[in-house]
Amino acid sequence: MALAFDEYGRPFIILKEQEQKTRLSGLEAQKGNISAGRAVSRILRTSLGPKGMDKMLQSPDGDVTITNDGATILEQMDVDNQIAKLMVELSRSQDYEIGDGTTGVVVMAGALLEQAERLLERGIHPIRIAEGYEMASRIAVEHLERIAQKFDFGPTNIEPLVQTCMTTLSSKIVNRCKRALAEISVKAVLSVADLERKDVNLDLIKVEGKVGGKLEDTELIYGITVDKDMSHPQMPKQIEDAKIAILTCPFEPPKPKTKHKVDIDTVEKFQTLRQQEQKYFDDMVQKCKDVGATLVICQWGFDDEANHLLMHQNLPAVRWVGGVELELIAIATGGRIVPRFQELTPEKLGRVGLVREKSFGTTKDKMLYIEHCANSRAVTIFIRGGNKMMMEETKRSIHDALCVARNLIRNNFIVYGGGAAEISCSIAVEAAADKYPGVEQYAIRAFADALDAVPVALAENSGLQPIETLSAVKSQQIKENNPHFGIDCNDVGTNDMCEQNVFETLIGKQQQILLATQVVKMILKIDDVISPSDY
Amino acid sequence: AQQSKAKPQGQKTLALLLFCVLSGIRISDFPKHRAYDQIEKILKDDASEEKGERARMASFVGAIAITDLVKTTLGPKGMDKILQSTGRGHEVTVTNDGATILKSLHIDNPAAKVLIDISKVQDDEVGDGTTSVVVLAGELLREAEKLVAAKIHPMTIISGYRMAAECARNALLQRVVDNKENAEKFKSDLMKIAMTTLSSKILSQDKEHFAQLAVDAVMRLKGSTNLEAIQIIKKPGGSLKDSFLDEGFILDKKIGLGQPKRIENAKILVANTAMDTDKVKIYGARVRVDSMSKVAEIEGAEKEKMREKVKKILGHGINCFVNRQLIYNFPEELFADAGILAIEHADFDGIERLALVTGGEIASTFDNPESVKLGHCKLIEEIMIGEDKLIHFSGVEMGQACTIVLRGASHHVLDEAERSLHDALCVLSQTVNDTRVLLGGGWPEMVMAKEVDELARKTPGKKSHAIEAFSRALVAIPTIIADNAGLDSADLVAKLRAEHHKEGCNAGIDVISGSVGDMAELGISEAFKVKQAVLLSATEAAEMILRVDEIITCAPRKREDRM
Repeated sequence: MALAFDEYGRPFIILKEQEQKTRLSGLEAQKGNISAGRAVSRILRTSLGPKGMDKMLQSPDGDVTITNDGATILEQMDVDNQIAKLMVELSRSQDYEIGDGTTGVVVMAGALLEQAERLLERGIHPIRIAEGYEMASRIAVEHLERIAQKFDFGPTNIEPLVQTCMTTLSSKIVNRCKRALAEISVKAVLSVADLERKDVNLDLIKVEGKVGGKLEDTELIYGITVDKDMSHPQMPKQIEDAKIAILTCPFEPPKPKTKHKVDIDTVEKFQTLRQQEQKYFDDMVQKCKDVGATLVICQWGFDDEANHLLMHQNLPAVRWVGGVELELIAIATGGRIVPRFQELTPEKLGRVGLVREKSFGTTKDKMLYIEHCANSRAVTIFIRGGNKMMMEETKRSIHDALCVARNLIRNNFIVYGGGAAEISCSIAVEAAADKYPGVEQYAIRAFADALDAVPVALAENSGLQPIETLSAVKSQQIKENNPHFGIDCNDVGTNDMCEQNVFETLIGKQQQILLATQVVKMILKIDDVISPSDY
Repeated sequence: AQQSKAKPQGQKTLALLLFCVLSGIRISDFPKHRAYDQIEKILKDDASEEKGERARMASFVGAIAITDLVKTTLGPKGMDKILQSTGRGHEVTVTNDGATILKSLHIDNPAAKVLIDISKVQDDEVGDGTTSVVVLAGELLREAEKLVAAKIHPMTIISGYRMAAECARNALLQRVVDNKENAEKFKSDLMKIAMTTLSSKILSQDKEHFAQLAVDAVMRLKGSTNLEAIQIIKKPGGSLKDSFLDEGFILDKKIGLGQPKRIENAKILVANTAMDTDKVKIYGARVRVDSMSKVAEIEGAEKEKMREKVKKILGHGINCFVNRQLIYNFPEELFADAGILAIEHADFDGIERLALVTGGEIASTFDNPESVKLGHCKLIEEIMIGEDKLIHFSGVEMGQACTIVLRGASHHVLDEAERSLHDALCVLSQTVNDTRVLLGGGWPEMVMAKEVDELARKTPGKKSHAIEAFSRALVAIPTIIADNAGLDSADLVAKLRAEHHKEGCNAGIDVISGSVGDMAELGISEAFKVKQAVLLSATEAAEMILRVDEIITCAPRKREDRM
């Protein structure tokens, strides 16, 4: 191999001629691809688990992001290599589908690739390896279903859900107050969840953040916050039992789409036009007043005159509210979005218990809280944090926790975390391998080894002896025939994950294994890489 | 053999890195094994990656460099910095406000950016302590660096720091003084806090005067944190001592020609309306005429319209009209004829504040005068400050507002004075809400350090090293204050520590006399909210930087040639 490693563990090439090469084929291509894939997984490996480290990413514009969320790291990494891009896609699809385990899936794929490389060196055909992996993944997924436990919770008994969210949050920087955040996430998910249909629309949960304050000040608002203030500084700052008119038409004279011209050639016309204009504003405001609205929320701006008229009529108004927020407000208040003043009717108004303006810190930041909605399905998680990076990271962590809670509502089977599920699968796959005749047997066995990579990485990151710990846990699992044993990352003293309350969702874990296998299969099947030579 | 070789090399790189941070060169600019990019080029061309030790070192060095930069501005004898902008005119700012200094630095080091960010947040949230928070975070990292070198895992350090921060906070909570009940005492607390805050600023010479100004201004707000009602007007000339607090409202505008210069019992209409030509707002309207006479007619109609508008405004029975937009000559003349004071082009803030102060509403239509709330004030007059004429509204309805007029020798002095005063106002307004008060002069740090030290002794395991380090970082602050004042810090801090081992001690560093003194007697106080924010944000930031084990820098966006 033309690879050597320097003292920092970075590989470099001895053969200079490779610089000119733009086409790799055969084994060479596979090895190149594998090493690229592994390089990506190596970056994420140290971020795995509760003691995982963070990565600092600097964007092209110089903004700094600090995170240990696999999907975010890869997305912002500005990756150029095609295979590496596949890995990025992999973590992204895990993020879209499950929302959590984005780091684990990449580490897993990296381990599978590493094992594949060894098999390739032994002369096993890549397709055979791919097939073996496929079989093994099926075994593992089935095994997971066997060891999964049904998990009971109800709207009143949220404790199990909170525990699971805490497992997710414990690997993030926010683990200082993971309990509080987990509770917030679970409450948020439960209040928007449709427990009959077992579905959760996460769009109804808005995650907002404002720099400043402490992480502990993060709160769940049964309602919506809008980062806007009243259009006129002297409008009332607090409205109780508000009836909201939600408008998508501006408080301005009409602007017909068709081209037209209004010609003024006499003084009379000039005057009628002026009166018309004034009447127009009056009409608009009067319409809102007539239907009984006590708050106007508008997607567009107001004319100065209209603004004053609103103020005058004692009708508070908010302008320039974004489309997404408008929809959320409509959902929460049970109102309808009204595109034209003519269509405004009392039934279309949204109802809300309390609207208030709140200001923060010493700056002039103000936000509008819309609370006690008629239909309290929409909630907002309002995050405070010491600095911008902290807040962004909290947002990501909360998102993960929300996804986990959602998955549990969709499918309430769980497996045990801390590497327990992987170890158990690895044992099952290893045992099953011997039953397969043919070359695939080796691939299946390699798959079992690759499954060990996650617990090994967990142990490594937690400062434990990786191999010793893994073998101890593995033998314990076999001896006691109990798939609850995992790596004791937090040094609690027991490695029974059941006692430590470290859970993961079954579908999350299954998805991890399936996605990782798929990508690895795809990478293995490539035997020729032709890239444009830009040197 | 490998290890012993690596060490001296590491030290050399450290020095090199320090140089890099300050001169703005990225570490990745140095040539490295090119071959690395070849086979495993998973990142884009100019992107770079720092790993493990190297990444940690880069962030430590960046953070420490920033700390060292602002360190000298800490405390009453801290020095100022001159900042020269790269923009046109090379404007110069002289300041010792940490947030201002850091805001204007262009820094490439990501860890340094974290520190700048916390100082900015501190500024927004509590207004003061912007230097302290950076210094504390830097000291925490400096201690952490030593621990990492001693092979303690960053995660262990973090959990130690967390315990220590919690313990330190509790220590402060136990010792806070809350004089909410006693208005008299509370006011003296505020006064002390204002003096302490101002003592490290340019205003320290006249700190009593300014502290009085700030306390008076904040007391008028009656508990609201809305500093908008306090207006600060800067007028060069005179000396800082001539600055004064005015109970009314001062608008930096001139009175129109031929209009009264003094109005008693004024009724004010505050408006935001076009007083040039009222455009027809209906889309697509245009004027088409076929003869000169028609033009004249339309012009007449326009004038008539304006006259009508003015008449309507006059119908409100006002004698002062303030508009946000321009007032053209024609309506101005009409106003002058009616003997009304018309002020044009007051900026948005001014208008809002004026409306707030006089209790009127901002009007844009004038059709029903009976329901528009007018603003009132006892007296409007033109006053002179220095050479400028300003309009002074006194005897306003709302007692909340006031104006502070700052006088000073130059723009730089005034700017810095404004920043200092702003800091003081922020702290005071926050203290009014959270009335808990601590002593100053390094006292809180020593109290925390003592408690944290005790915790370290009780805690088994590696964490205790981290907790101990936390206490050392806390002690660094009084040390720096003493150093900046040119005192023998080692001696003073040791004395201070000994004093603090007595129960209920109030000892802190008395910079003026250069010895350990009783802070309660000297009247040096700080707001609990500020100290708490400093402690928590600094710990959070240090934690964040410590958790990083890899830095990936994307290729900087190419600047497109717009030529």
